[in-house]
Amino acid sequence: MRNLVKLGAIAAATIATAGAVSAGTLEKVREADELACGVSEGVPGFSNPNSDGDWVGLDADFCRAVAAAVLGDASKVRYVPLASKQKVLAVSSGQVDLTSRTTTWTMKRDSAEGVDFTAVVYYDGQGFMVKSEAGISSAKEMDGATVCVTTGTTTELNLADYGRANNLTLEPVVFEGKREAVDAYASGRCDALTTDMSQLAAFRSGFADPSAHTILPEVISKEPLAPLVAHGDNQWKDIVTWVVYGIISAEELGVTQANVADMVANSTNPNIQRMIGSTGDTGGFIGLESTWMFDAISAVGNYGEIYERNLTATLGLERGINAQWKDGGILYAMPIR
Amino acid sequence: MPMTKTRAKSGFALSNIGSVASQGVVLAIALFFVYLLFTNTQENLALRGIESGFAFLDKEAGLPIGDSLIAYTPMRSYGYAFLVGILNTLFVSVLAIILSTILGVFVGIARVSNNWLLAKVAAVYVETLRNLPLLLTLFFVYSVVLAALPHPREAIELLEGVYLSKRGFYLPRPLAEPGFWTFLIAALIAFALGLAFWRWAALHKVRTGKTLPGFWGGLGIFIVLTGLAYLITGRPVGSELPVYAGFNFKGGLAMKPEFASLLIGLVLYTAAYIGENVRSGIQSVEAGQIEAANALGVSNTVVTRKVLLPQALRVTIPATTNDYASLVKNSSLAVAIGYPDMVSIGGTIIGQNGQAVEIIAMWMAVYLTINLIISLGMNALNARVQHAER
Repeated sequence: MRNLVKLGAIAAATIATAGAVSAGTLEKVREADELACGVSEGVPGFSNPNSDGDWVGLDADFCRAVAAAVLGDASKVRYVPLASKQKVLAVSSGQVDLTSRTTTWTMKRDSAEGVDFTAVVYYDGQGFMVKSEAGISSAKEMDGATVCVTTGTTTELNLADYGRANNLTLEPVVFEGKREAVDAYASGRCDALTTDMSQLAAFRSGFADPSAHTILPEVISKEPLAPLVAHGDNQWKDIVTWVVYGIISAEELGVTQANVADMVANSTNPNIQRMIGSTGDTGGFIGLESTWMFDAISAVGNYGEIYERNLTATLGLERGINAQWKDGGILYAMPIR
Repeated sequence: MPMTKTRAKSGFALSNIGSVASQGVVLAIALFFVYLLFTNTQENLALRGIESGFAFLDKEAGLPIGDSLIAYTPMRSYGYAFLVGILNTLFVSVLAIILSTILGVFVGIARVSNNWLLAKVAAVYVETLRNLPLLLTLFFVYSVVLAALPHPREAIELLEGVYLSKRGFYLPRPLAEPGFWTFLIAALIAFALGLAFWRWAALHKVRTGKTLPGFWGGLGIFIVLTGLAYLITGRPVGSELPVYAGFNFKGGLAMKPEFASLLIGLVLYTAAYIGENVRSGIQSVEAGQIEAANALGVSNTVVTRKVLLPQALRVTIPATTNDYASLVKNSSLAVAIGYPDMVSIGGTIIGQNGQAVEIIAMWMAVYLTINLIISLGMNALNARVQHAER
């Protein structure tokens, strides 16, 4: 009901507001002196309020990085928790300036739903978690299984597609909230839980006995997760895109939260000098201060640090395909020059 | 009814050209705003590059649905998937309305019962359920249902082919075998005969004053004749038993825990309100009537059935219409506990498709239609019982 009301409000905003969304997000953010950033309602590792009520996670850190690059202050973020089915609407209607919420980059969303994706921050894929006692080792053995899933995501579609492609009868139980889906799985209502692999790992780490649950090896979909902005504001899209590339490049170039100040003064690498504003003015290309990346890296660190802090240290996730291209992964930031 | 007629007439008599014109202007302004809203929406959607229109309803849905009254596969269209949702909403609403009415009448009677314990239990029930948010009640019922039931491997077998587990309540599915249609016709004839006997007994009572067991006699006729027909046509109703295989039961009829929890939650919640309506109805009947009936030596049961309830229910109907409407709207909380109602399936369509304005418009249209139909039906019922008064 609460979500229904919220969704209604967003739709009403679409109906009622004058069409001022297509330009000027940067001015809007500067004027408000605050970045409205859409996040999840609580996914450990990505965006989740900690015990002090601060939002932490990889997605939340990218909100902070953008705020630091644009406003010079990473704390000037207003987090807006969004349910799955609101995440695209909220940004296309101008409710938030940016959605950074484990959102899969798909053709339909990018082309026909009024949003633009920026740059991938995490390469994920959908998988299954089952109770170890069920004694199965492959998703192909799941014929007849009941699967708990969250509504309003590509997850449901992938589940149906996988069943059709492999001739498996999979019975879905679809929940509004992630928490309810996980609880229903834990209580034994479902044989399996399906969502992105990273989240399965996060939920498994939250169970009393993680070893009683097995994540099956099959990855049934490609889920490139990327922040999204409203369609039509190219400058704003460039800003968010290049902040992401900047954070990824920083790891590649060895710039960290700790050494960035030192680098400004002492680095002789022209790539680093350009990026953090000791020579040239890369920020000027996108309407920002020349210190944009210095501010962002000082606030949240580089991609490796963000990953380590949010995903490896707490959830035990390996880098996998999210390693830098030099290290055998597919993370490849466009050059900043 | 006569009241409203007079009022309408006097309203007409008062009207003059000025008031007609002013009403016309107000209507024109209202329509203009609707038009503005519509065109502005269209513009905004186009501006943001969002598709609009209802063409998507024909496209393949691709989404899985766990509980459907009609055959469904992900290959069907979005429109068909939405229809599955409408039917699920209707099904749970209709069942909940029937059950909450029955429970509500009992609760209302218990509330004013002379039995102290019964009255207090009913009071505690009403106060608890009315003062808790329905969402909380649903979560509670759902978690209790899931916690109480065993894993399907250790399912409770109530009768042969009747299983209770976390996967739901499984029953044998009746199957038509040769001779089924003959049997069905025979059963219908038996039903008509039973009904005829019941009517005849009522007439007989009016003519002679003698009471015959019309209802039980009629029921007996129906059961005996149907049983004979079943044997003569060679037992034409088979059954498909649910069998535990792999992960879950296959075959049979199933009632899922989500459906059961939603139904129980809605019934418990709404019955508390209906119970209060019935209580106020009962208390609106003058005590003198009951005393008079008692003085004539009529038993308490008959007083309740023939004197109290017919008058009490008249007062009850208008308030209960509102509760039925609320129940239908409350069924949208299904999404919280995983039952695929119209809102749940519509939400998925929004997630896949992004066309929120259209889906929300469809939700509103369906709820409005259902509730207007309920209103019409209840008003007609109201008019009938009010008319019968004196």
